[in-house]
Amino acid sequence: MTAMLQVTDVTKAFGGVVANDAVSISVPQGAIVGLIGPNGSGKTTLFNAITGAQAIDAGSIRFEGQEISRLLTGEIARAGIIRTYQQPRIYGGLSTRDNMLVSASIRRGSSPSLFRRANAKAIAWADELLDFVGLIEKRDILAGDLSFGQQKLLELAMALSNEPRMLLLDEPTAGINPILIDSVIERLKVANSKFGLTLLVIEHNMPVIMDLAQHIYCLAHGSLLADGTPEAIQNDANVLDAYLGAA
Amino acid sequence: MAEYRALTPKRLLLIASLLAVGVAAPLVLPAYQLQLTELLLFIVFALAWDLVGGQMGYNSFGNVLFVGLGMYGAAIVQVGLFYDVGLYNAARGGGTQFVFDVPQFITGLALGIPAAALISAFAAWLLGSLVLTMRGHYFAICTLGLGIAAGQIAAGIPWIGAGSGMLTPNPPEALGDVALLLYYLALGLAITCALTFAWLLSTRFGLALNAIRDDEDKAEAMGLKTHAAKVTAWVIAAGFLGAAGALYGNVVRFIDPVQTAFAGATIGVWMILMALLGGKGTLAGPIVGAIVFQIMKELFWTYLLGWQRVALGLLIIAVAVFFPAGIVGFIRERGSAKAKEQNQ
Ligand SMILES: Nc1ncnc2c1ncn2[C@@H]1O[C@H](COP(=O)(O)OP(=O)(O)OP(=O)(O)O)[C@@H](O)[C@H]1O
Ligand SMILES: [Mg+2]
Repeated sequence: MTAMLQVTDVTKAFGGVVANDAVSISVPQGAIVGLIGPNGSGKTTLFNAITGAQAIDAGSIRFEGQEISRLLTGEIARAGIIRTYQQPRIYGGLSTRDNMLVSASIRRGSSPSLFRRANAKAIAWADELLDFVGLIEKRDILAGDLSFGQQKLLELAMALSNEPRMLLLDEPTAGINPILIDSVIERLKVANSKFGLTLLVIEHNMPVIMDLAQHIYCLAHGSLLADGTPEAIQNDANVLDAYLGAA
Repeated sequence: MAEYRALTPKRLLLIASLLAVGVAAPLVLPAYQLQLTELLLFIVFALAWDLVGGQMGYNSFGNVLFVGLGMYGAAIVQVGLFYDVGLYNAARGGGTQFVFDVPQFITGLALGIPAAALISAFAAWLLGSLVLTMRGHYFAICTLGLGIAAGQIAAGIPWIGAGSGMLTPNPPEALGDVALLLYYLALGLAITCALTFAWLLSTRFGLALNAIRDDEDKAEAMGLKTHAAKVTAWVIAAGFLGAAGALYGNVVRFIDPVQTAFAGATIGVWMILMALLGGKGTLAGPIVGAIVFQIMKELFWTYLLGWQRVALGLLIIAVAVFFPAGIVGFIRERGSAKAKEQNQ
């Protein structure tokens, strides 16, 4: 079986810092794959590479068989890869609901659909997802006035409303009220099983990623250190070393 | 959605009374007819600036480019349909050989105004792919340069009168009150502009412009076709600026390349000031701002002659310091603060 996302020998350097050094990962369709590693190990850099935010120096990135490493950010998004950010990025001057309405899947419609008012169906879809992340009460509030954690949840809902084929999440539980973390994990699992959404998740919170992912890659100093099932990673001497060494 | 409100009877009544005021104003205040026409064109300038500057967050300092293109474009069509433009301008539009009868004058206006809109829109489309890839200060400086360059280029083309400018066709006596005709054309344009923008801003296109304003890279990463949206907004704004420029040229009659057509230091700055004064990024803001600005301007020019520019400068500073969100923004902030209080 070929993977949905196949990253092969991707290298990216910033001056002298090699943030990604011949990194290869593969994400099968329908899977939840984890990406861990100490601070500065190159996780976010790999997301930037996959989504076309930064051009890579070498290597190949294939999505559903198509080479995407030379495509523009927008083209990659419209091909079905949507990401969230470590520092949430929302449209601060729009209401929470308008953030949802402008994010709803555009790649399905042609551009003239932009010149329509959001209809009842679109609003219902937006509200359903706002309810899903527990922000329905905040729908008329300016998104810029939401707390950090609420903005992370909104960004997740925005990404879901875009109906991507694959979702890249950069530390989805960081900054979220600890009592809400379990429900976020639960919702991600539902999104995966119910909407058939493939997930690639960066996470610092070990219990979270062990619970969520079926397969985990670990980066250290820009290189792939290990990969395997959560159990295998948890007991990998190199991984333990990297985390203890970094701590 | 942000600007969309249902057409309740109350709103219909408001629109109807505004329309009645618009239709009656020049008849009730004949002494201010010219200022009222100018006000309507200012409303179009401010609205068009705000679509790109306020709603989309791209602060253009060169919108006079489209005003001037429309002004010259219309004048050239109005004259060129019946006479040789070069000869007309060489004769400074004078003499007995350059006379426009009623059908000629009306035909000129009827074709000149839409042509002006198309010329400006087309120029925006051509420039858009270049200029709109720049952001922030780069975009602002680049547009400023375009506006200045356009004036200098126009001043160097003898065919359109070069530095001595160009006259729009002399209206035939038989037509009667041409000023009133121009007023109603300006009224029609301002209403068309406001309604078009109200509709645009009620669609997802309006939200896309706001998304670009708030975080363009995010919008791109969410799959929005940001470049196409930016060019579209810029082209629509330019079209209205061109049509307004066409009317403005016919109102003032004499088109000076730098003082009237590509007048960056006056019209170019004023349209931004009007949008900021009223509240940028809102539909009502530029309209309110244009009205307040025109009243202030007339007062300054009447009572503070010699100091009018100083007074205008102080007004700009006062707006920036005391009303950063503009009049409409200020009222809305107070409204939402009240609503918050009541919630508690
Ligand atoms: N735009 C950039 N310019 C220069 N250096 C960069 C840039 N982006 C990342 N780096 C460097 O590349 C390395 C990897 O950074 P990256 O953000 O990918 O790490 P990370 O694994 O996401 O870390 P964290 O867990 O802290 O988010 C770091 O040394 C970082 O300083
Ligand atoms: Mg990171």
